[in-house]
Amino acid sequence: MTIAENEKEIIEDFALFSDWEDKYEYIISLGRELPLISDQYKTEDHLVRGCQSRVWLHADKKGDNIVFTADSDAIITKGIIAMLIKVLSDQPAAEVAKNDLKFIDTIGLKEHLSPNRSNGLVSMIEKMKLYAHAFSSGI
Amino acid sequence: MNENCFDTPATLKNSVHDIRKDFPILNTQVNGKNLVYFDNGASSQKPQAVIDSISNYYSTMHANIHRGVHTLSQRATQAYEDARVAVQTYFNAAHSEEIIITRGTTEAINLVAHSFVKKGDEVLISGMEHHSNIVPWQLAEVNLKVVKVKDNGELDMDDFKSKLSANTKLVAITHVSNTLGTINPVEEIIALAHQLGVKVLLDGAQAVPHIKVDVQKLDCDFYAFSAHKMYGPTGIGALYGKKDLLNAMPPYQGGGDMIKQVTFEKTTYNDLPHKFEAGTPAISEGIAFGAAISYLNGIDWTWAAQHEHELLAYATEEIKKIEGVKIIGEAVHKAGVLSFVIEGVHHYDLGTLLDQMGIAIRTGHHCTEPLMQRFGITGTARASFAIYNTKEEVQIFIDALKRAIKMLK
Repeated sequence: MTIAENEKEIIEDFALFSDWEDKYEYIISLGRELPLISDQYKTEDHLVRGCQSRVWLHADKKGDNIVFTADSDAIITKGIIAMLIKVLSDQPAAEVAKNDLKFIDTIGLKEHLSPNRSNGLVSMIEKMKLYAHAFSSGI
Repeated sequence: MNENCFDTPATLKNSVHDIRKDFPILNTQVNGKNLVYFDNGASSQKPQAVIDSISNYYSTMHANIHRGVHTLSQRATQAYEDARVAVQTYFNAAHSEEIIITRGTTEAINLVAHSFVKKGDEVLISGMEHHSNIVPWQLAEVNLKVVKVKDNGELDMDDFKSKLSANTKLVAITHVSNTLGTINPVEEIIALAHQLGVKVLLDGAQAVPHIKVDVQKLDCDFYAFSAHKMYGPTGIGALYGKKDLLNAMPPYQGGGDMIKQVTFEKTTYNDLPHKFEAGTPAISEGIAFGAAISYLNGIDWTWAAQHEHELLAYATEEIKKIEGVKIIGEAVHKAGVLSFVIEGVHHYDLGTLLDQMGIAIRTGHHCTEPLMQRFGITGTARASFAIYNTKEEVQIFIDALKRAIKMLK
């Protein structure tokens, strides 16, 4: 599936939720399912520091594609990471680098990506794109 | 504005119902729910009188202060200086020039760190200090000694006594801990320090919303506080300092207002308090600070202390019934703050879900990272109360907390 198809699927999933509780329960369940980052990458080098929750991110090359694994100490942060990974992981690095991730806004989770949400997500997305940019330009 | 604009009204308010009417923001809906604002430790909300004061200033008297001969400038200067006197009177300082208007507690402490101590001086702080009472001393390159905090969140007074000596230049300790709520035994600290000729600065940021402070009765040498935690505007606060100490201290920042005469060869400095107030200040905020003081003068403080105590006691009792909750900070004397951690629940997740239910609490390290390290945690969830909070809100918070925990565990 392409990035756009993945985004569409998540947006459709979220359209089913009538209240915040269902929505967050779903995010929390995604967080629980997130493939954990391999312990060898759960290090300072891979840490994206947020003021409150912490995020670990690792990127691998698979042909022209980029594969992400990640973890967080907060479950909601982890759930949002799971969605980002679902959308962006194992996709062409060049596509990942230019994606603007509008789906987060569409499903009403924009506040988690605002600069005052010190959860590490904004920095994590920047880092994902940096990796993608580096991989696609062969750096 | 005339000179009695910050006077105390004849009858004092002692009803939460009446007080809530004074704070328009409390009618706000957040995520479709009535706002429950329990983040007062970070910043309290503002009464209409404070909001009106800012609007009134810009509508009727704005001009730069202290220099102009024209009417507006004189009017604004009078209102700004009236506010200083209102602060002086409220805190019972002996002289109005002992009130240095600053951007807040942080700037007040930075001023003392810059002008009262020098590199290598010994400064005694505690393990429960906010970063704003740690980092300024590190920047000043003093010899920092840290008093231990006990497991229940009280200051270890035996450790204080063992670390305090005639070599100590300054004791700089928080009056009330922003993270633990602990009210420190400041009278005893000041008495012990003064026996050895050591000066004392109190960080009053968290104390002033809850305790009516009398600086002369306390006999502290410096007292730093912010307006925005005591129902006033942001970006303004004050440093109280004893006149002889302030007079002996060099200026903190250079610029307009703080000078008597400037030549390229030699500049002479203005008298107190202007010596420490370089540049055009936050005039509207200063005047609105006076309006906040005036509002507080209209509150029955005996009632307010009892009301806040009841809120804290009720919240503490109820939260203890929830499985897995651990309160951080169980000092005998506490004010306004309930900090806690929940086994298996990250504070960020908790804060996010409570926000969905219209409840504002603070989560994280509360700018007290060394204290977090002391307790072996990365952060807490903190509910902090103000005079306008109610027991019903505490109940809503407890119910929401249970619901959030259920979702997260």
